[in-house]
Amino acid sequence: MLDDFFIRALIAGFGIALVTGPLGCFVVWRRLSYFGDTLAHSAVLGVSLGLFLAINITAAVFFVALMISILLIFLQKSGGLASDALLGLLSHSSLALGLVAIAFMSWVRIDLQALLFGDILSVSKFDVGIVWIGGLGVLSVLLFIWRQLFAATVNEELAHAEGMNPDRANMIFMVLMALIIAISMKIVGVLLITALLIIPAATARRIASSPEQMAVLSSFIGIVAVGGGLFSSLTWDTPSGPSIVVMALVLFVLTLFPVVRLLRSRQEG
Amino acid sequence: MSDQNPLVSLKNAGVCRDGRWLVRGVDLSIAHSEIVTLIGPNGSGKSTTAKMVLDIIQPDEGSRKNRTDLHVGYVPQRIEVDWTLPLTVERFMSITVNLSAKEIDANLELTSVLHLKKAEIRNLSGGELQRVLLARAIARKPNLLVLDEPVQGVDFSGEILLYELIGEIRDELQCGILLISHDLHVVMAATDRVICLNGHVCCQGTPSAVAESMEYKHLFGERALGALAVYQHAHDHQHLPDGTVLHADGSITEHCHPEDGHHHDHENQEEKPNA
Repeated sequence: MLDDFFIRALIAGFGIALVTGPLGCFVVWRRLSYFGDTLAHSAVLGVSLGLFLAINITAAVFFVALMISILLIFLQKSGGLASDALLGLLSHSSLALGLVAIAFMSWVRIDLQALLFGDILSVSKFDVGIVWIGGLGVLSVLLFIWRQLFAATVNEELAHAEGMNPDRANMIFMVLMALIIAISMKIVGVLLITALLIIPAATARRIASSPEQMAVLSSFIGIVAVGGGLFSSLTWDTPSGPSIVVMALVLFVLTLFPVVRLLRSRQEG
Repeated sequence: MSDQNPLVSLKNAGVCRDGRWLVRGVDLSIAHSEIVTLIGPNGSGKSTTAKMVLDIIQPDEGSRKNRTDLHVGYVPQRIEVDWTLPLTVERFMSITVNLSAKEIDANLELTSVLHLKKAEIRNLSGGELQRVLLARAIARKPNLLVLDEPVQGVDFSGEILLYELIGEIRDELQCGILLISHDLHVVMAATDRVICLNGHVCCQGTPSAVAESMEYKHLFGERALGALAVYQHAHDHQHLPDGTVLHADGSITEHCHPEDGHHHDHENQEEKPNA
């Protein structure tokens, strides 16, 4: 079964959606979508580094994303530029540096479109393994720090005052973000990873009435979007990443219709 | 008072940011069952001092000590919950500790907000939110309760009710309470000690009952008599609007810190609580 490229892409995509659901909820709650974008863009730099050093691309992307988030914390603490300007600086310069570096490496041929928008044809059995092992790892760590991270999300000082460790929870969260970007890059593509974090969570928000419910729904919506997106990608030969995102958007728009609102009010009442 | 073993104590503590002392030379201790009120104008270092007590920031000079069994309940000034986060009062109650449904109900009942259990936090009014925050903090059964301007945004009769409630909580939980208030003259009557901050400890003492002052009695009405008290400041110096300090002897200095060579009249400190 795994010999079929489409099945492989589907299974890997489901694994990614499972994790981006709850992780994306935190991205939305903490208003970190631009941060997610920045990490995703830095993946291009990671790919070029991986190619240059001839090491595992996923590991290189993870490493660079982690470096970028540490650099961001350092620059934020040292003052100067506002956070959004810093993010813009890091985001676009790492993207540009990566693209320039790839252009310099004349000995490698790289499908830029696949890198930016995802490519289901290229998903190997190894990739499926990485996605599921990495994804389950991310998910279990997230479950483990859930209370701490959630308390820090609601109010950092309150969490701190009552004996929690929000700084550690935030650091772990950053590592998880870097990991998920590294493992989902191949399927969704660098430019659209953040969409898979945000759109399912935003869709789930319209239906959910508790944070935990929102996280689970978000995973489910992500899985539907991946399934639908990959099928349309196969049917109409569209790039996989954008197809998944369009599918997620369709689901989001559906929740804007009055029927869903009616459902929700009944649930609350 | 078991001053020998306070829950938390600060000794000559100060916090310096970007070369400026936010607060300096703070001596403060809170014991079991004791209510300490921290007052001072905006920017006087009240919040910074509270954060030192809560161990959110570490003092850059001086020291902080706490008992090993310290268990804090914190009522922040406000919390802002984003629209994207579906958070009901019920779920909010257990964000830092596991609570049974019974415990949640009992504590919401105690602060008279049980009817809001299913409401979303972001839809609460200022007064409702204060009561929910308080219910959440006491549900932890803390031995130190820290309240950051709990009566801000609450009307006058609400303020009296809230102070009465805090007094009851102290009696029931036997916890130490640190209360931060921006009201420089009217404090909670049950307060054992008032500490007035303005970059340093300007003065400290016990409040005098409203009943003793006819003027306030007329102003506040009968109900207030039990809950509110008046604090008379005994400063030997004045903080001028431009940040300089006018001393009793008429001299004006740039700053007002213990090291700057002027000494405070601490006679109030020795007064015993009236209650």
